[in-house]
Amino acid sequence: MAAIDLLGIEKRYGATSVLKDVSLSIQDGEFLTLVGPSGCGKSTLLRIIAGLESADSGQVRIAGRDVAGDRPKQRNVAMVFQSYALYPHLTVFDNIVMPLRMQRLTSAQRFPLLGRLMPGRNRIEREIRAEGEEVAAMLGVGHLLERKPGQLSGGQRQRVALGRAMVRHPAAFLMDEPLSNLDAKLRVQMRTEIMSLHRELGTTFVYVTHDQAEAMTMSDRVAVMMDGELLQLAGPEQLYADPDDLRVAEMIGSPQINVIPAGMLAGAHRAAWGLPQEVATVAFRPERGSITQQSDATLNGVVSMSENLGADIFVHVRLDGDAGTVVVRTGADGPRHAAGEVVGVSVEGREVLWFDAGKKRIRRQDAEVLAA
Amino acid sequence: MKPLLLGKTGKVVRHVVLVATALFALLPFVWMLSLSVKPAGEIFQADFHLLPSSLAGLDNYRTVFANAPMLRFLLNGVLVCGSIFVLQLLVCIPCAYALAKLRFRGRDTLFSVVLIALLIPPQVLSVPHFILLYYTHLLDSYGALILPWIFSAFGVFLLRQFFRTIPDELIQAAQLDGLSESTIIWRIMIPMSAPAIAAFGIFSVVSHWNDLFWPLIALRHVELATPALGILLFRDDEFGQQFGPLMAATVVIVTPLIVVFLSAQRRFIDGLTIHTMK
Amino acid sequence: MSHQNLRGWMYSAPSVLMMGLLLFGPLLAVLFISLTDWQLGQDSFSFTGLGNFRALFADAVFLKSLRNTCIYVLLVVSGTVILGLLVAILLESSDGLKGFYRTAHFVPVMAAASAMAVVWGTMLHPTIGLFNRVLHVFGYASISWLRDERTALLSLVVIGIWQGFGYAMVLFISGLKAVPQSLYDAAEVDGADGVVDRLRFVILPMMGPVLMFVVIVTAVRAFSVFDTVRVLTGGGPNYSTDVLLYRLYTESFDYLRTGYGAALTVVFLIIVVVLTLVQAKVMDKRVHYS
Repeated sequence: MAAIDLLGIEKRYGATSVLKDVSLSIQDGEFLTLVGPSGCGKSTLLRIIAGLESADSGQVRIAGRDVAGDRPKQRNVAMVFQSYALYPHLTVFDNIVMPLRMQRLTSAQRFPLLGRLMPGRNRIEREIRAEGEEVAAMLGVGHLLERKPGQLSGGQRQRVALGRAMVRHPAAFLMDEPLSNLDAKLRVQMRTEIMSLHRELGTTFVYVTHDQAEAMTMSDRVAVMMDGELLQLAGPEQLYADPDDLRVAEMIGSPQINVIPAGMLAGAHRAAWGLPQEVATVAFRPERGSITQQSDATLNGVVSMSENLGADIFVHVRLDGDAGTVVVRTGADGPRHAAGEVVGVSVEGREVLWFDAGKKRIRRQDAEVLAA
Repeated sequence: MKPLLLGKTGKVVRHVVLVATALFALLPFVWMLSLSVKPAGEIFQADFHLLPSSLAGLDNYRTVFANAPMLRFLLNGVLVCGSIFVLQLLVCIPCAYALAKLRFRGRDTLFSVVLIALLIPPQVLSVPHFILLYYTHLLDSYGALILPWIFSAFGVFLLRQFFRTIPDELIQAAQLDGLSESTIIWRIMIPMSAPAIAAFGIFSVVSHWNDLFWPLIALRHVELATPALGILLFRDDEFGQQFGPLMAATVVIVTPLIVVFLSAQRRFIDGLTIHTMK
Repeated sequence: MSHQNLRGWMYSAPSVLMMGLLLFGPLLAVLFISLTDWQLGQDSFSFTGLGNFRALFADAVFLKSLRNTCIYVLLVVSGTVILGLLVAILLESSDGLKGFYRTAHFVPVMAAASAMAVVWGTMLHPTIGLFNRVLHVFGYASISWLRDERTALLSLVVIGIWQGFGYAMVLFISGLKAVPQSLYDAAEVDGADGVVDRLRFVILPMMGPVLMFVVIVTAVRAFSVFDTVRVLTGGGPNYSTDVLLYRLYTESFDYLRTGYGAALTVVFLIIVVVLTLVQAKVMDKRVHYS
């Protein structure tokens, strides 16, 4: 159980900078997710925490200690991989207890066949067996202990991989997209299992995924990364409602937030919404808009299509003047809008998020302070 | 994906070991070159130096070319291996195409037969091939060297696998454009299979260029000898008793293939390992 | 449908014809001849059933050549596989001079076996050969490597290993490239990060199928050894380097005992086919992961 601190982490591969001055503090016992598109550096950051790679500059502290020189096995962290990475020739049981054997048995005791004769070995093995069986039972793979990984399904393999991590009682669990290889239904099921595991164990979980829905449902806090930079670290609700960066707003939430370049807005809109000059882009969530008659105060356009998802209907409106397409959520009880219909989209001023030319968020208080 | 994690010492150890094994691999070549430029006196000297004291030994090469048809051997090699490869392509490509792209009765059986043919080691057929050529009076000729090899089960297999990866839609589109089947094979499938054909070519040429067993059996006339046999004939000949000229002769025999290899390493290694990776 | 049939068979016709004429026909001929006492050039022969085979297995020379071949194969396969694997693992573990090492080790594979056998012959020469010169420097007496019964086969074994370990190396390198990085990572995190542990838990298990494959391929090549024997020892001294294919060659083409030679051929064929089929079976079973 430990807090993890990353200070000023930088990493380059040749000329490309993969991590640019990333600093973040993971609190003891929290479930923190690193989310971002592939190539954003999240897996690299995880590997740096584990010690599988070293940062070019910056510090990694686990439980307050600088772990710079420590090999992975010395850091007391456990890792779960996307491809499970189970030892193919070992049984499920041997896979799960591998870290324990490495920790507690000497090389002599681990020697094949002859190691059994070494003193103390049998006692340690008995302890290991008890712990391994306990973990296996907790994960529901107790009946598979004699099988080899090749004989298991994807879900079972992932559980064995989790067992191998759990059996060490590590200071933190590091998970690198562990569910990406599973089919959709299994993924959802495993998500809840991992979450309840976290509740039960109370250990720090550091989770990496590119799936924002996963990040949002599972985490205490989410770190959004892009191009090697940490864009925002906050709880899911705050990321959704109060993003620091346009890229965060676009990444989080499905369907994607509606984005309109401020230059495309009619002067009337700018006035109605009170947009300061610095605003380069505006955005609003689909559920914050509503379909009405066209007027000067609405975003005007033509319905291009209507997605009927049963409980919700998402209406796509192509705005006049090449301003792009926006998506508006309407309830199933409301009026239907067919393609070709001429409509207006109305959004309340305070639901509109402002971003400057550098994609950074402009909050209203700041704007007022600037204007004053 | 490094198998071992090597620190500074580890890397040094790695170099030491690999240099040692590389030396083992290259030792005969260094020895061969060294002796090929030494005159007889130096070779039999009591004290030994790798580098020759003078280039008087270049005479060895003169001796070789004057007394043995070295160029003839190399040309035979080119002629025989080239003909084998071309004929193999002529025989195997249509069959591979049919197996890959056409549907006909008995196709799968035919493919199984090809797979079985892959199992047969070539030396097993030497006696009946010999008999066949003996009774058709073709022994001791270029035909004897070429004809037994014009079919290659491996060639059919490799090309069929490769042809299968060419999308059917491409062929159908060509058919709709009015191309005849032979044009399709010639202008579309063959160019697209260039890597597989190259790999097969390398495998075929190298194995036949280096083959001693069959030419030894099938030939009596020295003028028809391919390189592998040629060097043996030279050694058993008068001038081959002297090491200087003998080594010079081996240099001449071995260099062409090695030079070609060095200029296209990737292709060579792929070609020679593709055979086994089936 | 029948037009497609015709085209299919038309295209396959040359191959089918050649397969019959050059492969299966001869194969049947060999099987048939092995059951007779025919000698090439004779007009008549009689059917002897398994007589040739009985004679074969009663022939001390043949049994010796079979024994020699088995010893040769065992030693060459072990040496080639171990050396090839060692070089492959070291080569892949760092980037320094990788290309040079790979090329250098592969050159012996490319050079004609008979020509290089000639070169090795001079290296093993009793007086002016390289190895004996080295022995002299250290004060030892010369060894007649190829003329001494005790060392002749071993010399051929060393040459055999020399010829093939570069090939094994290349196959092992592609096998090593397929080992997933995540497995190395998992082992590191678990604490299995030393050389022995990495070999034991990651490298060798993942290389299982490739290892099997290389062993079989090397074994088949080793069973087919001929060039070095023909060039350097002629089967001697005292049949100590006589091998299967060399026996086959002398019986069939020097002595023209065609029926007997055919029986030898059948034995050789069976060994090679069994080896190849064993490999196919084992490869089927031994796939750990998809």
